[in-house]
Amino acid sequence: MDSDLSPQDKKDLDKFIKFFALKTVQVIVQARLGEKINTCSSSSPTGSDWFNLAIKDIPEVTHEAKKALAGQLPGIGRSMCVEISLKTSEGDSMELETWCLEMNEKCDKDIKVSYTVYNRLSLLLKSLLAITRVTPAYKLSRKQGHDYVILYRIYFGDVQLTGLGEGFQTVRVGIVGTPIGTITLSCAYRTNLALMSSRQFQRTGPIMGIIIDHYVERPFTNMAHMHPCSYRYEGGTYAGIEDSQEVCTTSFSTSPPSQLYSSRLSYQTPALGTVDLCHPTACTAAYVSLPNQMVVPGKEGGVPQVPAQPTHGTAAEHGRIPSCPTGQSPQPAPPTSCSSEVKTVSPSDALETTFTRKVGAFVNKATTQVHPPPSPAPSSPLQGSLHSNTSSHSGEQPQDDFVMVDFKPAFSKDDLLPMDLGTFYKEFQNPPQLASLSIDVSVQSMAEDLDSLPEKLAIYEKNIDEFDAFVDTLQ
Amino acid sequence: MNCRSEVLEVSVEGRQVDEAMLALLHTILLHRSTGKFHYKKEGTYSIGTVGTQDVDCDFIDFTLVRVSSDELDRVIRKAVAEFKDALGNSGSDGMGQISLEFYQKKKSRWPFSDECIPWEVWSIKVNVVNLANEQERQICREKVGEKLGEKVINIVEVINRHEYLPKMPTQSEVDNVFDTSLKDVQPYLYKITYQITDSLGTSVSTTMRRLIKDTLAL
Repeated sequence: MDSDLSPQDKKDLDKFIKFFALKTVQVIVQARLGEKINTCSSSSPTGSDWFNLAIKDIPEVTHEAKKALAGQLPGIGRSMCVEISLKTSEGDSMELETWCLEMNEKCDKDIKVSYTVYNRLSLLLKSLLAITRVTPAYKLSRKQGHDYVILYRIYFGDVQLTGLGEGFQTVRVGIVGTPIGTITLSCAYRTNLALMSSRQFQRTGPIMGIIIDHYVERPFTNMAHMHPCSYRYEGGTYAGIEDSQEVCTTSFSTSPPSQLYSSRLSYQTPALGTVDLCHPTACTAAYVSLPNQMVVPGKEGGVPQVPAQPTHGTAAEHGRIPSCPTGQSPQPAPPTSCSSEVKTVSPSDALETTFTRKVGAFVNKATTQVHPPPSPAPSSPLQGSLHSNTSSHSGEQPQDDFVMVDFKPAFSKDDLLPMDLGTFYKEFQNPPQLASLSIDVSVQSMAEDLDSLPEKLAIYEKNIDEFDAFVDTLQ
Repeated sequence: MNCRSEVLEVSVEGRQVDEAMLALLHTILLHRSTGKFHYKKEGTYSIGTVGTQDVDCDFIDFTLVRVSSDELDRVIRKAVAEFKDALGNSGSDGMGQISLEFYQKKKSRWPFSDECIPWEVWSIKVNVVNLANEQERQICREKVGEKLGEKVINIVEVINRHEYLPKMPTQSEVDNVFDTSLKDVQPYLYKITYQITDSLGTSVSTTMRRLIKDTLAL
């Protein structure tokens, strides 16, 4: 076996395999950054372009790949895998594909290492460049941004394909025989892109678990072992939670302590539809009674943020997550003071800042890239129910008569916004119809537009030289 | 040595012909191009670096990867444009075939010209369809994109069988194996030809002027 290979060849082969693995990861991750990749050909060899291909090295990616390899090389029984997944701004995630660099036992003793193997590895990288643009995840990655991001994870060892759903397809990129085994590079990709399934929801985070824990016995035991999204990222197990604390801090820093619970609940509830939500027991009962809806609350919660929130008030006695930094007391809040302003204030700011960091910024920071967007639309049933709920803390049933109560937003401070937060929230919930959407106005404006068209065309024709010159400057 | 022959078939709308052909031809040439060889005194050589470029198609939901060489791109685009014109002018049902042939030159004694021995031929059969409305065109965009993806996978599969490739030549022989006319990359010697199938089904052979020039120049 290896004894037939000269020491120099063995050394060269190990080096080739190592750099091939690193370049493979670079090609795959760069193909999922969402941008077109362009590198220049160079007739003069620089000595640093492995496999005679201009593949740039993103340092973070190399670092992660080396960390995953931990000094080992892909070999027989030791595969290197790059898992590409999608995470929505609502916190749902889904594995899209898994690229596997494996080695089997079929050896090609006669092959020349420094020449043939090297050239064939180069060919395999070219094939990888082509194939990475062909799998379904490529188009998804080119459109990533506000609604979702594409994330990667590198691991070493056994290939895990269970997250790809049913009916996943496999494409073999290529094989290269070497004296110590045959290197194979393949991709298994998901074909079923349906995002919302209860199985996937389990992986998005323990939001519901915490709330249910507090008031009622946990009815859904399958919610017990959920992991925050950040579990995917090596060394970043609680990075998401720390980040969420920051968001949490921004959201809740000035909150009156007694209003912690209900404000957080309201943050969750818009997805639940027409349920009574302001009564603590009723709220959890609502979660319990609408299992189908529980898929969606991830939308508001965004996994990393929420677990840090309820530490004091409701779940502190369960010994869960570390503290929110501000002075929030453990008292349950009056149900009337529900608010969703947190989602309209800080998360949107967080959303803006993190989404600018797309390129090469996926590792260990991915959980910071996605935050729950403000989504006022689905909360109109919420508002209806808010205004129609009882205000008592007791265990009243949701079916009792509704009582009109004042809607006092929690965690509001006058100097954060120029107007009363409650007023803002009410107006925000019921915006006037857009003028352009009303039929009369649109017809009128279209008629005006059409009338003005000939004039505009005349002006444009007159200035055609300017436009041409402008277009030339762009080329 | 037998010439390896592969056939790819695609059905495209008229305005997609260029991009579909470019996508497949460039994918093949990406795998059949190396960096420029620089021979050293001891008989060894070093190889330049090949860059790649992603190009989004305008009429197909597809992104092709090509070698970063404007010269090579120009040559291929010219060939594809001629093929498309021939397809349009033939008055046929819009069926044709463009072939990319890789060959080696074998020196012959005077007065015989050098032989061109093909070692790999890729034939891309094209069927041009006419679509009635925008909705059909949109569906066609996506479908052709998927089809091209399948063809790329087919191409990669063939190439990674690692069947015959010409031996790496010495400095004196390099022009018998590679096209050294480009300044940044070095594809294997190749020629592009096309045939248009007329409505009667008989084929009318057409060869590029460049091919004839090359053959006679030897």
